[in-house]
Amino acid sequence: MRGAPAEGRALSRWRGRLAVVALAVLALPFLTAGPATAAGPCLPDAATGCVEGSVRSSAGQPLPGVAMAVAGASGSASTTTAADGTWSLPVTADGKYTVTLDITSLPPGQALSAESTNPHTTQVRLASSTNVLFTLVSGAPAGPVSTASASPVSSDGGDVASESGSGSGFNGGRVAQQAASGLVFGLLLALASIGLSLIYGTTGLSNFAHGEQVTLGAILAYVFCQLVGLPLLVAAVVAVALSAASGWLQDAWLWHPLRRRRVGTTQQMIVTIGLSMALQYGFQFFFGGDKLRIVTTAPDVVTMGPVTLTRMTIVSVVIAIVTLAAVSYFLLATRVGRATRAVSDSPALAAASGISVERIVRIVWTLGAGLAGLGGVLMGLYLNATSWNMGGAMLLLMFSAVTLGGLGAAFGALAGSLVIGLVVEMSSLVIPNDMRYAGALLILILVLLFRPQGILGRAERIG
Amino acid sequence: MDWTRILTNVAGEIIAPTTAAYALAAIGLNIHFGLTGLLNMGQAGFMLLGAYGFAIATIAGWPIWAAALVAIAAAAVFALVLGIPTLKLRGDYLAIVTIAAAEIVRLIGRSTALTSLTGASSGLRGDSYKATFQALSPLPDGTTDIGPFSYSNNFSNSWWIRIVAWAVVALACLFVFLLIRSPWGRVLKGIREDEDAVRSLGKSVYAYKMQSLVLGGVIGALAGIIYVLPRAVQPDSMGRPMTFFVWTILLLGGAATVFGPVLGSIVFWAGLMLIKSVMRDGIPDTVMSTGQIEQLGWVIVGVTLMLLVIFRPQGVLGDKKELAINVR
Repeated sequence: MRGAPAEGRALSRWRGRLAVVALAVLALPFLTAGPATAAGPCLPDAATGCVEGSVRSSAGQPLPGVAMAVAGASGSASTTTAADGTWSLPVTADGKYTVTLDITSLPPGQALSAESTNPHTTQVRLASSTNVLFTLVSGAPAGPVSTASASPVSSDGGDVASESGSGSGFNGGRVAQQAASGLVFGLLLALASIGLSLIYGTTGLSNFAHGEQVTLGAILAYVFCQLVGLPLLVAAVVAVALSAASGWLQDAWLWHPLRRRRVGTTQQMIVTIGLSMALQYGFQFFFGGDKLRIVTTAPDVVTMGPVTLTRMTIVSVVIAIVTLAAVSYFLLATRVGRATRAVSDSPALAAASGISVERIVRIVWTLGAGLAGLGGVLMGLYLNATSWNMGGAMLLLMFSAVTLGGLGAAFGALAGSLVIGLVVEMSSLVIPNDMRYAGALLILILVLLFRPQGILGRAERIG
Repeated sequence: MDWTRILTNVAGEIIAPTTAAYALAAIGLNIHFGLTGLLNMGQAGFMLLGAYGFAIATIAGWPIWAAALVAIAAAAVFALVLGIPTLKLRGDYLAIVTIAAAEIVRLIGRSTALTSLTGASSGLRGDSYKATFQALSPLPDGTTDIGPFSYSNNFSNSWWIRIVAWAVVALACLFVFLLIRSPWGRVLKGIREDEDAVRSLGKSVYAYKMQSLVLGGVIGALAGIIYVLPRAVQPDSMGRPMTFFVWTILLLGGAATVFGPVLGSIVFWAGLMLIKSVMRDGIPDTVMSTGQIEQLGWVIVGVTLMLLVIFRPQGVLGDKKELAINVR
């Protein structure tokens, strides 16, 4: 293979466009692989055990579309009940599993009976089926119904189980509602992503454990609000303060020593992956695999024209906007902020002009982790619940936002987040709800293809 | 504490098909990372595509060789699609793109829109695609006991899958051994060490990187087939954590070595089983539930990965001079 470089360059643009076509072709084997049988219910065999059941309404009618989740020794999985109300999920290891019925997916007027424990813990053996029964009664739902359609919290780090809005209705009201949800989601995503972008800008590190900083904020808010019993506002302030402290400590004990040892950024990136794994499973170790609700009271709903939001969401948006404005002021108008941008531009030049790079990096870690914590608290409130993998599920959206805006450019992260938020929410108008995130990730790949420096990044050679 | 049972379990992990599948996936990643220096963070995506390709083609009635070819083709196309936009960019871009692409494969696989094909989040049952593989077995039906191990000859978690899986791993090792010594392999190593130097010799770095990405991805797809043969195709069990386990295995055994991935996989799964078995027996259920022991196991894996990268990036078998973990 002795390809001439010049020829390669000439072809590169063409190859780039080809990739888009190839992406479409990639889907072909799936579409043309011939008549495939529909996946039947789980059948137990030597390596598979089944958890199954049937959900019926209080009147005895089968209920389709109820979200069920199973978590335990072989990981977690989720499904929705079929047209006849039955559901089954395979597991691949013996052990105790928690089975959760997502009460928000029940139709209006149906609630769990007092006898049904939810989540329900049961022993599952390989090569056998375990039946789990949830009894429903008529009445008000046991918890407030989520008005927001965005929900990266799920039992498996993937996507929300609700399949409600699968691109059927395309009216003005729905467009407005999705746009509003998208802006809210984008603003909260921006809070979480700015730290990722600043850390990348100042140290060159792609922090794969940033999602866990978001989870940490939300879980700390849960701990102080629900377990300690502080009022929400105090709990949120404490959670954000502790998140910021965790950033300071992380830099002081882990990243600063690694930089001093001259461990390269790629090596550090793999360290963040290990850290992310340890933290994620650590959260699950202490708090289990279930959803954690930061507040349990029913939300006040505010309707403005076609858009319905909760009062909590509106307050969250105000907090997010004020915080983002403060961060902008900090970066643009204060000495430390200017120094931060100088380090982002060129650490060596900044150091030569008398800026203490390590001190700036420490501030960036503290600020970034604090913002991620705040983003986590607000996101946990917005989605009605948090869980051990909330941040992990958001991580790639944050990377998409940061890359779209231009890696390392703080304001790029804001712009990118808003775009990603809108894309995620609006795309559910045209593609199935559970493929929304795939759309955002596709944008990530397309941006790298056509404008790798992002919307606001400088055009420079990246490679 | 029942040491006989614990040690039997641990020894069982050493020959388990899952261990072989992860070893094979790590061999593929070794071609990417160990030889060429590509940061592929989406190996699970290649495995999942291979598994889907094989299972869906078999369910559609295709013979086993055609189904395997579908898996290989799917992985090759996936590698091309990923490589075209990213191989000219900096290394961490490839990392972000591959991790996102693997996630897209999983999200599409578990989407209800394709339920008739992929079975959505409950996946495809093993029984629906195992038959052609089991029919190939020359072994008689029944169960064979060898030492403490007792497995069915042909069905599901069988001796047959173990024989085939480890044979494939052995072939892959031989292949990598020959590759490392070939002129082609030397160019790859040159790219890993200094891309510009290789370019100045008139080699097309881009083409070599692409060939490496396709080759390692195809090996990953084969690993995916082996991984799902004793179980079911479940998109959610083949997500990001799987990629990270493969990375831990590769760095544990030693990147850029022939037997590193195999040793890494055996040490990883046997060690994990040992730790979990001892904790299950030693820690009363009131202190730590079975689920928590499981999670503690993964926490230990995460911490191991961090410590490995910081203190012994060359792994057990590696040579520190061989390994340039800082790719450009």
